[in-house]
Amino acid sequence: MSTLLLLTITGVGLGALYFLIASGLSLIYGLMGVLNFAHGAFLTVGAFGMWYAESKLGGLGVLPRFLVASLVGLVVGGVFAALVELVLIRPLYRRHIEQVLVTVGLGLATTALVVAIWGNDARPIAYPGWLGRTTTVAGAHVPNDRWLLIAAAVVVLVALTTFLKRTRYGLIIRAGVENRAMVTALGIDVRKAFTLVFAIGGVAAALAGILGNVYFTTADPNRGTSLLIFAFIVVVIGGLGSLRGTAVAAVVVGLVQQYANYYASTGLGDLSVVLLLGLVLLARPRGLSGAFA
Amino acid sequence: MSTLTATRPAGRVLMHARGIVLPVAVLIVLALVPKLAVDIPYVFKDTLNTPGTLQLLALCLVFGGLAMTYDLLFGYTGLLSFGHALYFAVGVYLVAIALTKWHWSFAEGLLFAAAVGIVLPLLLGAVSLRVGGIAFAMVTLAFAQAGSILAFKNPWGWTGGEEGFGTDYTKLPAAFVGIFNTKNLYWLALGYAAVVFAIVRWAVGSSPGRVWQAIRENELRVQVLGLRPYGYKLLVFVLASFLATAGGVVYLLLQTGPTTEVTTANFTLTLLVMVVIGGTGTRWGAFVGGVLYTWANQRLGDASGSHAVESLPSVLRTPLQQPLFVLGVIFILVVFFAPGGLARLGRIGKALRS
Repeated sequence: MSTLLLLTITGVGLGALYFLIASGLSLIYGLMGVLNFAHGAFLTVGAFGMWYAESKLGGLGVLPRFLVASLVGLVVGGVFAALVELVLIRPLYRRHIEQVLVTVGLGLATTALVVAIWGNDARPIAYPGWLGRTTTVAGAHVPNDRWLLIAAAVVVLVALTTFLKRTRYGLIIRAGVENRAMVTALGIDVRKAFTLVFAIGGVAAALAGILGNVYFTTADPNRGTSLLIFAFIVVVIGGLGSLRGTAVAAVVVGLVQQYANYYASTGLGDLSVVLLLGLVLLARPRGLSGAFA
Repeated sequence: MSTLTATRPAGRVLMHARGIVLPVAVLIVLALVPKLAVDIPYVFKDTLNTPGTLQLLALCLVFGGLAMTYDLLFGYTGLLSFGHALYFAVGVYLVAIALTKWHWSFAEGLLFAAAVGIVLPLLLGAVSLRVGGIAFAMVTLAFAQAGSILAFKNPWGWTGGEEGFGTDYTKLPAAFVGIFNTKNLYWLALGYAAVVFAIVRWAVGSSPGRVWQAIRENELRVQVLGLRPYGYKLLVFVLASFLATAGGVVYLLLQTGPTTEVTTANFTLTLLVMVVIGGTGTRWGAFVGGVLYTWANQRLGDASGSHAVESLPSVLRTPLQQPLFVLGVIFILVVFFAPGGLARLGRIGKALRS
């Protein structure tokens, strides 16, 4: 029983990590129709921004150092994503294939650049000791970083939902997902929303990168690429453009992966997630929520 | 092209002749390369007939051919597949596993890979082509990812996990084993590229080939005309995948054994990069893109250790040491400033001269 509970909580934790990456992907696709292959690069940039800041902040204690470095990572991720939108995506407005191709190139080049500067090896990260310990819940020893992941994902989900539902820009984004041509026809500059959505996605991906650093205890230049594939799967299962669908799909994928890895055999978790995607797409080509055509 | 030249029979004949003469001339020149003791400074490290250069050239030719098979899907039919690596990997892995782990003969391994190379894309294509656009891209990605996970997971010790394994070379035809026989491997790779080129030319000119291009332009219209795009798309999917499997076998002979690198999603992305740099849906674009990409990837790697690069300031030196960075940037520049790729640039240059 405690094993099942442990698997469930760690599965949800993994799902939370996927959600942080997938939420931005989903919003960007929903609004702009761009499948962003550079999203893994946002994660990597955020993760290495945090690692770099941490390595330069020698004088501080572990906790303030961790917090400041994380903040730096978030800012770097967000700014990088916004710049990508402004410089590379915007000039190719309405040319979706070219936009996707550019993000493909950017994803490959950014990872290669990080490898060129800091090498191919994973870099160890310093984080507060509490995150490395476990909390016992009903007999299950749950690593504390999973709680942090879940909390972060919930905060992001709530913040994004509130932002989309309660603010003017949120309204524009929601309307843009629904019908971009109509929003433009009403005289609203939807392009600002594009940059904003990229920045939000970049911050969320950077957060995933930072928490991924804690989860895996290292910063790894190739992690963005490998996590991106699972994020794609989550986004597609959840229905492109639907935030709630993405959240549900992220948890489902995380759970399936954990259960299958434990009860069947290691590595089978990844395989079953892939099969799940195949099944969902064939049964419901628009994803579980089917919100977006 | 045919509508343009239909009114000018003489021009058409000329076009037709050029369509055959140029590829044959290129083939003859390339076939003579192992006999030439020519040194091309900067382009190659050693003279053309040395095993090192021939090995690199053979790799270029295999990837040139492979890029053409991807272009069949992406450039000619408009199918954005993220799973082409799977079918290449089938050729690489199955032959190696059959020879090394199951101790089959080379001919049996080839037959087995060929059978899987037809049946697997037929099955997976039949399933993934039920959806279109981004969903198709994602389903193909998922299937290829499943293959990649299998290769990493090393089931029954067959795939050797992340490091791969060495092929049992005693089972390979003697003519393709050993550094002395690199020229044979080069000719084999050239043969592969030539056969793919011929098949692609013939296929896109055939009547299903015209339907593929019509699907790329406007699938709905093809449907309205009373044709079922599904069957045509499945046909091109199986053809492209089978040719990729054949390329995988040639690649295996060039390497000491299979590695997981060829199964990854990134591998398919590099195919996309090759095709776009060269120019999609053109006679030479994909081939030239594949050759140049492979050559640049290798030579940039060599150059990163050279004196010229070592003496650069570190701001320039560091990025140049990663071929993928340079190629990624070139790729973005091509998408921005040369849509249509090198093939299009060549055409513009020709138009400017005349």
